[in-house]
Amino acid sequence: MSARRGPRFVAQLSFTMLVCAFLIVPVVLSVLAGVSVNFFIGVKSGLTLRWVGEVWSLYRDSIFLSMKIAIACLAVTLVLGVPIAYVLARAANRWTRLFEELLVLPVAVPGLATALALILFYGEWRAFRASWTFILVGHVLFTLPFMVRSVVAVMSAIDLRTLEDAAASLGAGFLQRFFGVIIPNARAGILAGALMVVTLSIGEFNITWMLHTPLTKTIPVGLADSYASMRLEIGSAYTIVFFIMIVPLLIAMQWLSAERNPGKAAT
Amino acid sequence: MHRGNTRLLLLALPAVVVFAAFWLLPMARLVQVGASGPRGIAAYAAVVTDSNYFASLVATVAVSFAVTVATLVVSAIAGLFLQRNAFPGRGVLVAMLTFPLAFPGVVVGFMVIMLAGRQGLIGNVTDALFGYPVVFAYSMAGLFVGYLYFSIPRVILTVMAAVGKLDPALEEAARSLGATPWQVVRDVVIPGLRPALIASGAICFATSMGAFGTAFTLATNINVLPITIYTEFTNYANFSLAAALSLVLGLITWAALAFARSLAGSTVAAAA
Repeated sequence: MSARRGPRFVAQLSFTMLVCAFLIVPVVLSVLAGVSVNFFIGVKSGLTLRWVGEVWSLYRDSIFLSMKIAIACLAVTLVLGVPIAYVLARAANRWTRLFEELLVLPVAVPGLATALALILFYGEWRAFRASWTFILVGHVLFTLPFMVRSVVAVMSAIDLRTLEDAAASLGAGFLQRFFGVIIPNARAGILAGALMVVTLSIGEFNITWMLHTPLTKTIPVGLADSYASMRLEIGSAYTIVFFIMIVPLLIAMQWLSAERNPGKAAT
Repeated sequence: MHRGNTRLLLLALPAVVVFAAFWLLPMARLVQVGASGPRGIAAYAAVVTDSNYFASLVATVAVSFAVTVATLVVSAIAGLFLQRNAFPGRGVLVAMLTFPLAFPGVVVGFMVIMLAGRQGLIGNVTDALFGYPVVFAYSMAGLFVGYLYFSIPRVILTVMAAVGKLDPALEEAARSLGATPWQVVRDVVIPGLRPALIASGAICFATSMGAFGTAFTLATNINVLPITIYTEFTNYANFSLAAALSLVLGLITWAALAFARSLAGSTVAAAA
């Protein structure tokens, strides 16, 4: 096999490795910067957790707020998304298709437009404008289509009607069928959608930047703040914290995707 | 049957009500505010009639188009290679390429600063070599690099999935008929990948047009539409123009994504 690998293989491999370097070298640099005493001098200046500690004392609240919003966003997208996904999978007609198209619009138009619309419509309602739930609304709009699409995809692939008819003929009421048959059969889609929702919520910036107040800062808002006004080491240390939060979610997504389509590339 | 329909309606109701209250109504208001400024309804044409906004539109389209072409070329080469070859370390390379998928625009901006910023790698290397640091992060070139960074992982995954669906027998046939490797790529592989390439290119274009975080991190004076809209809104309190411009931009990105979907079936746009 390797005998056939000529110069073309080597050229393509080098090119691909160059692309990987482009993506990974800045990640490695920022991790190093976050744990170096002085990044300008380099790692030889010594390793320290001082910057991570400073991030914790400066931006702790943003980390907790992001977690709170991500969990609330997940709860809301589950409650709204799973039932509507069932409707979309079960009744495919003009109206459900139209609604499915509409639902994707907050992802298709720039987050700035959605954020401006929310501010212009609800901005006068001070208590709402100043609360973290204002950001939650933006996150729900942005993540709901991902939950719905993920669940619809799984529900459309299984024969819902036959499963439901079987359960009904055994005397199961609708709620029993919904929670006992439909949801367990769609759990792969729900889990994939849930991971996507949490990951997107933690990283959302375009909408959040416009909706946040000095008292409601999420992690990406804090990151932008630290990049603009703190020394490079603190911005880097904060980025490390973000990586630590996001990596388990990414691994879980890849694992789930490999579980569902063995042999296929993770998407 | 009738009871079933009522039940479906009830199940759909929460999502419909929330979506109408928090997106459709505010959007309708945005459309109305867009036409309520001193320019009236003509504000919607300002992006072509006003030379400043038009320059911003041209710059945004130019950088998005350049990023799309560069991303497609890079991702097609790397994606084709990774899907067609099995070698030790391949899994590690794929994992490295997919790692940046979850980075928001602000973090991508910071990655560009790490590469090409004032204390960045490229600056240090060029300083050591030529005694002069090359720094380009805080400009349109930096934005180009950032969007490339953002787009490559997404498009590579699409290309790999599309290559996996190609029929290797077609290439075998072309080869046995005497086609050179380059002819096989040009006449068999590229045409087979075309729908996937056009669709992911359209998504890449739309995402670059509407992205805000990367430009915001690099410099708030880069002249692209999202930054122009943000500046009009926050610095000049020009709500009507910001509304009109953001709707025009939304129309452009939506059209690009609708085009992509018509080619590739269901694809939810990547988050910017």
